[in-house]
Amino acid sequence: MAAGTEGSLSTGPETAFRLRNVRQEKSGRVLLRDIDLVIPRGRITVLLGSSGAGKTSLLRLLNRLDDPATGEIAYLDRSLDEYPVTELRRRVGFVFQTPIMFAGSVHDNLREAAEIAGLDEQELPERAREALELAGLDLALEDRPSHELSVGEQQRATLARTLIGDPEVLLLDEPTSALDPESSEFLLDSIRRLRAERGITVLLSTHRHYEAEAIADEAVRLSGGAVEESGEAADVLA
Amino acid sequence: MSWPNVAGVMRANAAGANVAGANETLSAPSLQQGLGQAVGGLEPEILQSPILGLSWLDLAAASGLVLLAVGLSRWQRLGLTGSLIVGAIRSVVQLALVGYVLVYIFEIDQWWLVLGALAVMLSVAAREAVRRQEERPLRLYGMTGLALLVGSGFTLFYVSLVVVRIEPWYNPRYLIPLFGMIVGNAMNAAALAHERLAAELRSRRGEVEAYLALGATAARASRGPTRSALRAALIPTVNSLMVVGLVALPGMMTGQILAGVSPLLAIRYQIVVMFMLASAVSVSAVIVVLWNRRLFFTPDEQLRLGSGPV
Repeated sequence: MAAGTEGSLSTGPETAFRLRNVRQEKSGRVLLRDIDLVIPRGRITVLLGSSGAGKTSLLRLLNRLDDPATGEIAYLDRSLDEYPVTELRRRVGFVFQTPIMFAGSVHDNLREAAEIAGLDEQELPERAREALELAGLDLALEDRPSHELSVGEQQRATLARTLIGDPEVLLLDEPTSALDPESSEFLLDSIRRLRAERGITVLLSTHRHYEAEAIADEAVRLSGGAVEESGEAADVLA
Repeated sequence: MSWPNVAGVMRANAAGANVAGANETLSAPSLQQGLGQAVGGLEPEILQSPILGLSWLDLAAASGLVLLAVGLSRWQRLGLTGSLIVGAIRSVVQLALVGYVLVYIFEIDQWWLVLGALAVMLSVAAREAVRRQEERPLRLYGMTGLALLVGSGFTLFYVSLVVVRIEPWYNPRYLIPLFGMIVGNAMNAAALAHERLAAELRSRRGEVEAYLALGATAARASRGPTRSALRAALIPTVNSLMVVGLVALPGMMTGQILAGVSPLLAIRYQIVVMFMLASAVSVSAVIVVLWNRRLFFTPDEQLRLGSGPV
């Protein structure tokens, strides 16, 4: 990624991410092309597209699990590579499509995340409870070995693990794809609450139109690695 | 049974002794004869037996055993006949060369020549350890070589100067075989550790990236895979400590016994060898894994493992 592009990337106060001319490829295959996007701050933006449209590839760029082949990405008016990468990732949390728990109990998972986020040991019980509540995971499950949890519970536990560090942005990759309708609705509720109570910026990918309608403030329709349409959810999803 | 200080015994050996009862067909005075005589003065039960020499004619007779294997391979159409014959010829040629090189090094008896031989052994071991890996960036050779140098060098230094206390410090009769065992085992451990680290990072990619996504450093994110890789590299050595002498007699000890050394001395050397290998293997594996781990990550803490998003 090109550095020192601050001047050309000036954005308004309401912008979380700005992507310019972003292209991503891997092993010679083009995953994303000509991406120009503004992701507003404090809102829920849904990335809509079928599998292979580039949703995951795009999310991975935003907390720098990958860097784009070309193009520029800025977060809060600063190019991504101007942030120390571990700091950026603490501020921009990422919940994967398939929940991956670390070894041990749910509590052990939260402790790992809290340590990485640099929290004090004394803060842990309070922050763990908060994160579990926000993620909507039954507090009684905290001491359960993580492999005994259902996929839906694991999804919530990984969400809590990401939330414990108090990120400003939450990237959620198809968070409901492994869940039944009831759990999905429950998770979407938690996400709405996160935005309302914490003012958190949410980027959520899904291939389900009705899900996008249920939760999106803004929407981006991806197809074949390119942006087809983006803007207010009501316009894009109409 | 009395157990005199092993180091003392070995030091006495190192001083060297006249060839007594040597078989005429062996040209260089053997380690074992030296051992036998020096020890004989200290401990009556540790006595040497005369060594039965092997002539080239005896070796020709031994080749009959390879021919038996060749015959079986042909009979069962294993397609291994050619390889068996080439392999047999190669063993003769390679071992003969090594034998002559060793005799030459022993006779010249100069520190620079001994160190040169150790350096060659080390670089061959590093190359072999890297050759077994699927991906081998150029840096891997240097890093693996350095890891083997530290792990093996430290162990050789400790064994030769503190335990056996050989004289002179570069005595090739000790340094070369000891280093051969050390570096050979360190090489296997290094290769295994690196290979396993790569495999663990690949199969646990999701977990590693979940750590990275939380803002963890590469070191923290790869803690689990690192531990698994190190365990895999050390387990063969730990197991060999457990079963040594029960399942099979170790090669070095067997060699000493065949060459006429009392089993009571041979086991002391074997004990030193077992401990020495535990050290060489652990140090080399730890260094290889901790250094080479960085190769799997970019400077920006991104996992670098071939293709595709998760």
